[in-house]
Amino acid sequence: MSTGQNPSTWQAVVQDWSSDRDAFKGVPWGKAMMWIFLLSDTFIFTCFLIGYMSVRMSTTATWPNPSEVFALTIGGRSIPLILIAIMTFVLITSSGTMAMAVNYGYRRDRVRCALLMLTTAALGATFVGMQAFEWSKLIGEGVRPWGNPMGAAQFGASFFMITGFHGMHVSVGVIYLCTVAFKVLRGDYEKRGNYQIVEIAGLYWHFVDLVWVFIFAFFYLW
Amino acid sequence: MAHAEGQQHPISLYLKIWGLLFILSTLSYLVDYFHFTGYFRWTMIIVLMLLKAGLIVSIFMHMAWERLAMIYAILVPPLCLLVLVGLMFAEANYVFFTRGLFLGQ
Repeated sequence: MSTGQNPSTWQAVVQDWSSDRDAFKGVPWGKAMMWIFLLSDTFIFTCFLIGYMSVRMSTTATWPNPSEVFALTIGGRSIPLILIAIMTFVLITSSGTMAMAVNYGYRRDRVRCALLMLTTAALGATFVGMQAFEWSKLIGEGVRPWGNPMGAAQFGASFFMITGFHGMHVSVGVIYLCTVAFKVLRGDYEKRGNYQIVEIAGLYWHFVDLVWVFIFAFFYLW
Repeated sequence: MAHAEGQQHPISLYLKIWGLLFILSTLSYLVDYFHFTGYFRWTMIIVLMLLKAGLIVSIFMHMAWERLAMIYAILVPPLCLLVLVGLMFAEANYVFFTRGLFLGQ
């Protein structure tokens, strides 16, 4: 600690910010940059959600009931939002395996780290697959970005925009995780003696899960 | 802190948070399953959402162990978005009102 102060005090914050360089002392650059990228992504996702709030509030047409729109009929019984609930659990589980992968990375347990990352990627791919199923089902029922048979046209626009952008993030994350897992297995980080990249990839993955928490609450439950 | 060897925490901590996130998600699903309505529904949705988000950010993303300077740099700017939420809330209400006026609803 170059300031010689407890980093969780106000004085430490002032010292960090008033120094000419290295505002985040001891925080690796890669990690700070990933956080700043995620901050920018937060703004984009929030703008989408705010746009959705505006169109939902201002439309005079009836908003479709998500509870019914996303219900699945299983065994002759219609269960509300069941697919979305399963998708949520899949994504949370993937966050858990990712957190453990970071831990095994720092412990230099290469094989366990890579296996947990690949499990995470597989769960992410499962999520995207279920989303593809959800999209096909809704497209089959006539939902389009410019209209739908259940009510307000804005529902289709918000649905494809928000879930599509999130699904793209998950897909990119799957590729990202597979790449890093491959490099872990090959021993790239062992040579460098630094497994920080696993944690940075983890930050991205947890963020994707975090965004889903908000989409689940505002789009599917509200 | 612990930057020398990166974030080192027992695996059991992650398993506990994972379990907790499962329980919270189940609860938010049940809000819909039992068709709760009105203020109770909205309060539950928001509370459960914030609890889940907090757990993910603080434990899984290790924010709880970062320097305060970085925590502020990351968590304070999104608060500006609340201003935009407020502005758009007022705007959407106004658009709804004028639509009602002109579409004769």
